[in-house]
Amino acid sequence: MKSILLICQKELKSYFASPIAYLLMAFFGLIFGFGMFTATRDFVRFSFQMQMQGGGAPMSVNEQIIRPLLGFGSTISLFLVPMITMRLFAEEKRSGTIELLLTSPVTDTQIIVGKWLGAMLLYLCILLMSVVNVALLFAWGKPDVAPVLVAYLGLLLQAGCLLAIGEFISTTTRNQIIAGGVTFFVCLMLWLLNWFTSFDSGTLATIVNYLSIVTHFDNFAKGVIETKDVIFYLSMIFFALFITSRSMESLRWRS
Amino acid sequence: MIKVEGLTKRYARTVAVDNISFEVEKGQIVGFLGPNGAGKTTTMRVLTCFLPPSEGKATVAGFDVLENPMEVKKRIGYLPETPPLYPEMEVVEYLNFVGKLKGIASGEIPQRVDDVMRRCAVADVRNKLISKLSKGYRQRVGLAQAIIHNPDVLILDEPTSGLDPKQIIETRELIRSLAGDHTIILSTHILTEVEQSCERVIIISSGKLVAIDSVANLTNRLRGSEAVAVELEATEGRPNPSEVQQRLEQVSGVSRVVMKDSRNGRLAFEVESLQGRQIRADLARTVVNSGWNLNELRSVGLSLEDIFLQLTASEQKDTVGAKE
Repeated sequence: MKSILLICQKELKSYFASPIAYLLMAFFGLIFGFGMFTATRDFVRFSFQMQMQGGGAPMSVNEQIIRPLLGFGSTISLFLVPMITMRLFAEEKRSGTIELLLTSPVTDTQIIVGKWLGAMLLYLCILLMSVVNVALLFAWGKPDVAPVLVAYLGLLLQAGCLLAIGEFISTTTRNQIIAGGVTFFVCLMLWLLNWFTSFDSGTLATIVNYLSIVTHFDNFAKGVIETKDVIFYLSMIFFALFITSRSMESLRWRS
Repeated sequence: MIKVEGLTKRYARTVAVDNISFEVEKGQIVGFLGPNGAGKTTTMRVLTCFLPPSEGKATVAGFDVLENPMEVKKRIGYLPETPPLYPEMEVVEYLNFVGKLKGIASGEIPQRVDDVMRRCAVADVRNKLISKLSKGYRQRVGLAQAIIHNPDVLILDEPTSGLDPKQIIETRELIRSLAGDHTIILSTHILTEVEQSCERVIIISSGKLVAIDSVANLTNRLRGSEAVAVELEATEGRPNPSEVQQRLEQVSGVSRVVMKDSRNGRLAFEVESLQGRQIRADLARTVVNSGWNLNELRSVGLSLEDIFLQLTASEQKDTVGAKE
């Protein structure tokens, strides 16, 4: 555990020692803020219209602002993840520091989990940028707290999967650009999967739909914690980290 | 301390290390010598548990690299060819990190870090970013990193490459000062380095073991025979080249005479001596007594470099390696 935290701390430090952490936080803050702006503007316009015309369904800040907004956040994450994970192993391999890690008395698992935790914490920092926006909603409106927290949990779990996949891809190359590019492609495919099949039914469609990482976020966005979604995410994280360790092992044997 | 038996490492298509066996005793400094691509780094990587061997066994302090890598890693300090440094860290921060990584108790770390910074002469850059350091400092920070946990075995892959002459001397002194407490294997392709800092030499070439011996023995044996260039003045076919050659061959201690040149009024020969024989004085006397004009008499020596090239170019494993 000590070694895991040590490596996690080292990763986090190096993210913040370079501009990457600040850049990603700024990007996310800006884009999320833009989403927030348009969502509230539409909400306000709509609610004025409703008032003028009278009647209509009751409006909900949770349903009409926070839910789409955090869904939007989940989409932005697809673009952030490759930039977070691409350096994890590729950089260590290129600069030779991987030799230090692999010849020190720590296990592969400790290295992998430590790096993954570091990436998670950076993602958490990035996600915190959105709290400013959401806090504004709490200041001027009365949304429910619980569903917002659930949605954040969903975002973290989803990012956990993508980061683990990205980490795996980063072990396969010493070129950061390739690691980032491939990760981005894979993230995109996992996102697109449910487009192909959203109107289909049948076994294949069900399976493909099940594999789409974004599908599992929908329930969280609604504020519902479904056991199957949590299990999906946790097992995906475990699986991806497991392949990462296999990949490191095979690198040793082949290199 | 280190025992390697029948070690073979194959990559996809090539055999990097082919059936190497050797032993290193506690407290020794051993030089690992070979041309680039001979398999030095691969052997070191196997010993540090970075790569698993394809065949054979390697043990460090009695622990097998495959079965007990954790125990081996605890006892080894490793400086790879490019020092494994994180450019975004300060020197002190980096050494702290490595100290913790190597499992030093956190209470002892500040003291250990100060100690290695002093020994490796990097204390004056303690708060500098590693990315701002010169090559020499980087190398020394790399060395500090390798000894921070006071390992039984130190494995240094070309520790002086890329340093300027003054830094090379300092680094060699540092390495020598580490001997005794530590068993050290250092690889290099520079022969003088081995002569100056090592007690024993292991020479490998294209993955095969060529020689293992003490430095003194090896240099003696290899330097035993010398080559002398002899040049005479020649005018209109006199003296007769074949006659000169014959006379020179008769000098005691000469093993071989080769004519190099007979143009432009000069006759040039290269004379090789038998093992351990000094022949220059006798050669000079012979020439003068025969009434020839001696232009030049110069020892061209069989340098360690020549011998090394000979050893590594051809398979002389049997002649030199068999004695070990």
